[in-house]
Amino acid sequence: MSARNFLDSIEPHFTKGGKLEKYYGLYEMVDTFLYTPAEVTRGATHVRDGNDLKRTMTFVVIATFFCILMAWYNTGYQANVAMEAMGLDKADGWRSLPMMIFGYSPYNPLSNLVHGALYFLPIYIVTLAVGGVWEVLFATVRGHEVNEGFLVSSMLYTLIMPPDMPLWQVALGISFGIVIGKEVFGGTGKNFLNPALTGRAFLYFAYPASISGDSVWVAVDGYTAATPLALAASGGLDAVHEAGYGWMQTFFGFIPGCLGETSTVAILIGCAFLLYTRIASYRIVGGVFLGMLIMSSVFNFVGSDSNPMFAFPWYWHLTVGGFAFGMVYMATDPVSAAMTDTGRWIFGMLVGVMTVLIRVVNPAFPEGIMLAILFSNMFAPIIDYFVIQANIRRRVKRHA
Amino acid sequence: MEAYISLFVKAVFIENLALSFFLGMCTFLAVSKKISTAMGLGVAVMVVQTITVPANNIIYHSLLKEDALSWLGITGVDLSFLSLLSCIGMIAALVQILEMILDKFFPALYNALGVFLPLITVNCAILGGSLFMIERDYSLGESVTYGVGSGFGWALAITVMAGVREKLKYSDIPGGLQGLGITFLTAGLMSLGFMAFSGIQL
Repeated sequence: MSARNFLDSIEPHFTKGGKLEKYYGLYEMVDTFLYTPAEVTRGATHVRDGNDLKRTMTFVVIATFFCILMAWYNTGYQANVAMEAMGLDKADGWRSLPMMIFGYSPYNPLSNLVHGALYFLPIYIVTLAVGGVWEVLFATVRGHEVNEGFLVSSMLYTLIMPPDMPLWQVALGISFGIVIGKEVFGGTGKNFLNPALTGRAFLYFAYPASISGDSVWVAVDGYTAATPLALAASGGLDAVHEAGYGWMQTFFGFIPGCLGETSTVAILIGCAFLLYTRIASYRIVGGVFLGMLIMSSVFNFVGSDSNPMFAFPWYWHLTVGGFAFGMVYMATDPVSAAMTDTGRWIFGMLVGVMTVLIRVVNPAFPEGIMLAILFSNMFAPIIDYFVIQANIRRRVKRHA
Repeated sequence: MEAYISLFVKAVFIENLALSFFLGMCTFLAVSKKISTAMGLGVAVMVVQTITVPANNIIYHSLLKEDALSWLGITGVDLSFLSLLSCIGMIAALVQILEMILDKFFPALYNALGVFLPLITVNCAILGGSLFMIERDYSLGESVTYGVGSGFGWALAITVMAGVREKLKYSDIPGGLQGLGITFLTAGLMSLGFMAFSGIQL
């Protein structure tokens, strides 16, 4: 019996009147995950594109492929380099078991890849499991469908975790992001903040010790390595150069940082894919980039004697920290970003400007993209409102 | 000049009355259903704040502060324990007078502000602004800046809140959270976004 026949045979239990009626959401999730939904649009429709929510979400997950690859490779590479520097020849705990086969040489790509994966996968599995439980719970109780949007949120959430994040905190963060950030508003498409970032912001303020500072970015206990951005916040570009980081290195992503945010080149490949498939709005990406460019140029032009970040050039802003990742995967979230075309430019610019502003003038946070996007998410509805009002006024004038 | 600009920025973003101090919550939550009304209320708060903070500043410095009565020849008198009382009275009186003046001379503005003007008398953001002014010992110029800035910050917060709430009209909120519940959650999440400014030293 094929899986299709099996699903069809158990379907009556889940439809209205069946004894498992309550769990229709679960059945629907498995069914639509494995097969194309049988439902088709009825009546007169205006089809613009064969794209649906499921494909949109799946495309975003596909777009993160190179980020995941680099997350594995770079996390393992950083850990192996740190272990070599500290003279350790064996990882702590369960990871030493599979790593016996591969060794810990930073020059062995396979060892790097596997070592990184051993940090990535636990976080991802916990995120999927805990977030999935919430998602299914809400879908079952509230009678809506389990949505592929969750796959995107969980993947992006994993990619913005530091490699060493305690797993119970990972679980807490995704719970906050999914429940308070999304499900209390009614699930995918109904929220006003990016759920993955909401979860991370929650962790950032609740457990700052495990998500900021210098000791969390490399997955080896007791090894401190400041991210290039943190170095820049304290000593400007000179401090970054002094620590031996070149621009190409930050561009390709061989620097300490969150799992998936380090490699700008991997992110840009994903960006090209998302823009080509029109999943991400080029207006938002362009706006964020432009806002960053303008604001950092303004700071460069103004200059400051006491704050070295004023002189930080735009092409460094692009590659260090989470700017590129936020620009491509977070700001472009179609739900929480602005909906109008002009609004998207303004929204993007706001993100870019705020990011540089926080990075340069706020000594409390070295990185600004997370809070900048959350801040702009709040402003997205009001931006849309003013864009629409301006449009109405213009048309009234034209037809008066 | 630079000090005034940084005080203004601080009052608007870093120490936003609504989202950092959670002042003026009752009106913030109750009158943020529609963007246009929220903006009306925001403007009203800004106007009142701009007038009352400097007015209270003058009263405090010329009557209540320690040795403030020395211009009358009375020394050694400290009436600052009356400041809370005088601030409240001042705000109530000023709003009344303002209402009458607007009614008489600017009926259009009066009608636009409508019921919000008397409502503002009991808005704790207004009183909070005046008390912060006393606590931080602002000069007259600073208190004008702070009044405009804190009023503008509050207006900005309630407008953004109204925008979000208009968007949330299309949400599917669980029964128990509908209405005020989700508004409280929204306000909390918004202040998470405003955390972006916390820690900026100006």
